[in-house]
Amino acid sequence: MTLNKISSLGFAIFFSYILIITPAKATTECFEPVSRTIFKFNMAFDDVVLEPIAKGYNKLPNFIKVGTSNFTSNIATLLSIPNSLLQGNISQVGHATGSVLVNTTLGILGFFNPAERLGLKAHKEDVGQTLGYYGVGHGCYFVLPILGPTTVRDSFGLIADTFIDPFAHVTIREHELMGISGNDLDYFSVKGTSAIDFRAENIKNIESLEKNSIDFYSSLKSVYLQDRENKIKNSSSTEDDWGNLDN
Amino acid sequence: MRKFEIFLISICLFFNISAYSYSTDPQEFVNKLVTEAISKLSNKSLTEDQKAEFIKKIALENVDIKALSLYTLGELRKSSNKSDIDNFKKTFERYFLKSLTSRLSDYSSSEFKVIGSEQKSANYTIVNSEIVPNDDGPEIKVDWRVFTKDPNKPLIRDLIVEGLSLARTQKEEFASILISSNNDINVLIQKLEEFINN
Repeated sequence: MTLNKISSLGFAIFFSYILIITPAKATTECFEPVSRTIFKFNMAFDDVVLEPIAKGYNKLPNFIKVGTSNFTSNIATLLSIPNSLLQGNISQVGHATGSVLVNTTLGILGFFNPAERLGLKAHKEDVGQTLGYYGVGHGCYFVLPILGPTTVRDSFGLIADTFIDPFAHVTIREHELMGISGNDLDYFSVKGTSAIDFRAENIKNIESLEKNSIDFYSSLKSVYLQDRENKIKNSSSTEDDWGNLDN
Repeated sequence: MRKFEIFLISICLFFNISAYSYSTDPQEFVNKLVTEAISKLSNKSLTEDQKAEFIKKIALENVDIKALSLYTLGELRKSSNKSDIDNFKKTFERYFLKSLTSRLSDYSSSEFKVIGSEQKSANYTIVNSEIVPNDDGPEIKVDWRVFTKDPNKPLIRDLIVEGLSLARTQKEEFASILISSNNDINVLIQKLEEFINN
């Protein structure tokens, strides 16, 4: 058995253990003190690396930012195709496939987004969302170095994504697909650019949240969990329970 | 002379009320309220104190701060004693006003437009709006949860920014502080005081 297979098996056992053993309450922490330490490291990394790059990126002409955002979004849509299929959402399979085909060809490798004008709206779907769709709970919450907030379900999904994502298939798995191939650098460059684009888009929102938080760690945790719930429901409507305060 | 005094008082009262009263239609209510707030906050001839005073006035009048404070306290509102709850409500109000002024100031250089509304129940209407930053940034979708139990006096209860509820975020943030302090409400009050005094 190769080292890769052993480590994959180890991960599978670890995640199965946590999924089964830990209660599926979203607010439960796996190991809060460790997560808070990693969070501090991530904040320092953000201050020194990510935020300055994102601020520089925001100074680029708008058409470059929009083009870059479209390009990374088009590649990310590839992952939505198998996930929409796994969720049995044939309409979304059509939207995602159509969107990738139109944007990659007419949209010049995805830098433009003519698909949206044609009414093709692809939701972003990943394995974590697919598991959530089938009722798998979050599991406990923790923070990963650099990658940030996650849950047991979503981190398992993150690894599983690399097995079903066509882009990961031709880059990190180095398989050829329809004559296209790539390498690790291609994969991580696109993921990194996508992270910078996200950070740049949310400079003001994150700054405002941090400035107005008493415990920024908990605020980001809440924001992350709400966002994942919305993505699983494909809806942004929140149904908060105000209980007897409504009477 | 007495009649003249009453007339003067009535005029003063009328202008004071009309300056801070808004439409009872939730959509119109949010539109006027936020447009006016953003306009005041971006007015360079006003001092920071004048801006804060204005936000305080309209927030106290149009946001359901008491219900919001109890909501953010979660289950603890049922088990805490009245004196602690009252103390929390007072501190929360000051915290909320400072936080709201700061949040609105962050978006004061943006254009605000209401794009629709949906009545969810007799008690709630969600007003949908967009904030368009003047610096080419992406549009931000903001939904306003308006409590309409008294149709003549709509009150804002929550802001939902890009699908993320600020009230829920606040509630979960407070819950985390409470869990780490064995549900001691005074620790939370102290944290709020620290925020207010910073």
